[in-house]
Amino acid sequence: MPLRMVYMDHSATTFVDQAVLEKMLPFFSEKYGNPNSVHAWGREVRSSVEEARMNVARLVNAEPREILFTGGGSEADNLAIKGVAENLGEKGRHLVTTAIEHHAVLDTFKWLGKHGYDVTILPVDGDGLVDLDEFRNALRPDTILASVMYANNEVGTIQPIHEMGSICREKGVLFHTDAVQAAGHIPIDLKELPVDLLTMAAHKMYGPKGVGALYVRKGVRIAPLVHGGGQEFGLRSGTENTAGLVGFGAAAELAMKRIASGEIEEERRLRDLLIDGLLLRIEDSSLTGHRTLRLPFHASFCIRYIEGEAMLLRLDFAGIGASSGSACTSGSLEPSYVLLAMGLDHATAHGSLRLTLGKDTSEEDIAYILETLPPIVQTLRAMSPFKKNS
Amino acid sequence: MSMYNEKVIAAFMNPKNVGAMENPDGVGEVGNATCGDVMKIYLRVKDERIEDIRFETFGCAAAIATSSMATEMVKGRTIEEALKLTNRDVANALGGLPPEKIHCSLLAEEGIRAAVEDYRRRSQGLPSLPPRHEAVCHHDLAGSEEPRGD
Repeated sequence: MPLRMVYMDHSATTFVDQAVLEKMLPFFSEKYGNPNSVHAWGREVRSSVEEARMNVARLVNAEPREILFTGGGSEADNLAIKGVAENLGEKGRHLVTTAIEHHAVLDTFKWLGKHGYDVTILPVDGDGLVDLDEFRNALRPDTILASVMYANNEVGTIQPIHEMGSICREKGVLFHTDAVQAAGHIPIDLKELPVDLLTMAAHKMYGPKGVGALYVRKGVRIAPLVHGGGQEFGLRSGTENTAGLVGFGAAAELAMKRIASGEIEEERRLRDLLIDGLLLRIEDSSLTGHRTLRLPFHASFCIRYIEGEAMLLRLDFAGIGASSGSACTSGSLEPSYVLLAMGLDHATAHGSLRLTLGKDTSEEDIAYILETLPPIVQTLRAMSPFKKNS
Repeated sequence: MSMYNEKVIAAFMNPKNVGAMENPDGVGEVGNATCGDVMKIYLRVKDERIEDIRFETFGCAAAIATSSMATEMVKGRTIEEALKLTNRDVANALGGLPPEKIHCSLLAEEGIRAAVEDYRRRSQGLPSLPPRHEAVCHHDLAGSEEPRGD
């Protein structure tokens, strides 16, 4: 057994908070009613679902009526993009997105590209940021939608969403942002933020998997993906995943408290200890993504001369759960498209390592990583034909 | 991430014959950093027998494990015997590899062949060959993509 078990892959998913789980459990047993039923069994569950909607709305300062629940972040992204494309296809066929979006966004746009839409995919700079002038110039009279992720999952960079939203407003283009990594971790105020559609997922903020939400600003119309009984304002039919929705609501409530209490600041401090400590201890390593415009729980690196999967496996044996954008971790032979879009060469991208903190991560955990990783890197580098000056 | 069996893990965690060699009789370098794996094999040959063999590998756990196993399998063997080693032999000796990792075992076979070729050239007084960094990855041998993590 390893000395310590340290889960550092909260960008992939978080554990379900105990308080969240406890709120969910009755909806698997005694509170089994269908929220669409008129009787007492149904009404009781309906009020819990609406309370959950209110809590998710409050997290991003939206109206409950603007929040619709989905079966996860990917579905919410698909619904936002295809829903706008379908609804405004008569007005224009041009769509704008970026090269570093999550596949739920990028592949949806690529699919639309094969179905009569014209898609512009914007590049990013070395920090993973989209250039605002380029963004502005990409918007044409026939552009109906732009989608830029709030914060990137692989490198943690936070985009200038407010500025982009303002540009979209100016040009009369709808603006969607995938905030799956950001929501619940940094303050988002949709009363002030010029965003029309925003995606969230419960399992990135200590809620359950398989539950997401799409914020649809009042007055913005989209077409549904799933037709049927007309649940979720007619935009997502199907009997509600009541336990999941209640869990999302509880997770959102918890996230608001974390943000308000300054807990996030402590997370940021630990993240900086990790970033600074790692860069100091490991030669020829670099941070990927922006140093300050960055998710508070996110640290990502490239460790030169070695390959990511080998690093992950050795970390795993030492009790540390991390991830990498190396080709070998995906089963494909291409390293992370995000890192390549940021201008990294293939060999460097193969050596990527992502460590994402959670609310239970302690300073001792960070110290354990900082003492465990350097010898692993040293061992793998001793095996590598690539050395400094070669 | 791939699921490896215990033999692969053991070879990855405690690889044999690691590191560069001083004054080798033959050196072979194959693979491509773009694809994520490069293997360098060093040979010491005496009376047409591989007296010592070393490797340096940039790559995933499977690439390191196959490097270790392949070098173990040809150490002490004659050159002729070493050339008969196939990637299948290496994969089998490791108790099998995940389908998408088979290309790593191919690299071990190629690495040993390249080192032997270099040894032969040197013994004929010919200059060493440059590293063989294939322009394309062994895409056809890769398995289908696994679901993505985030």
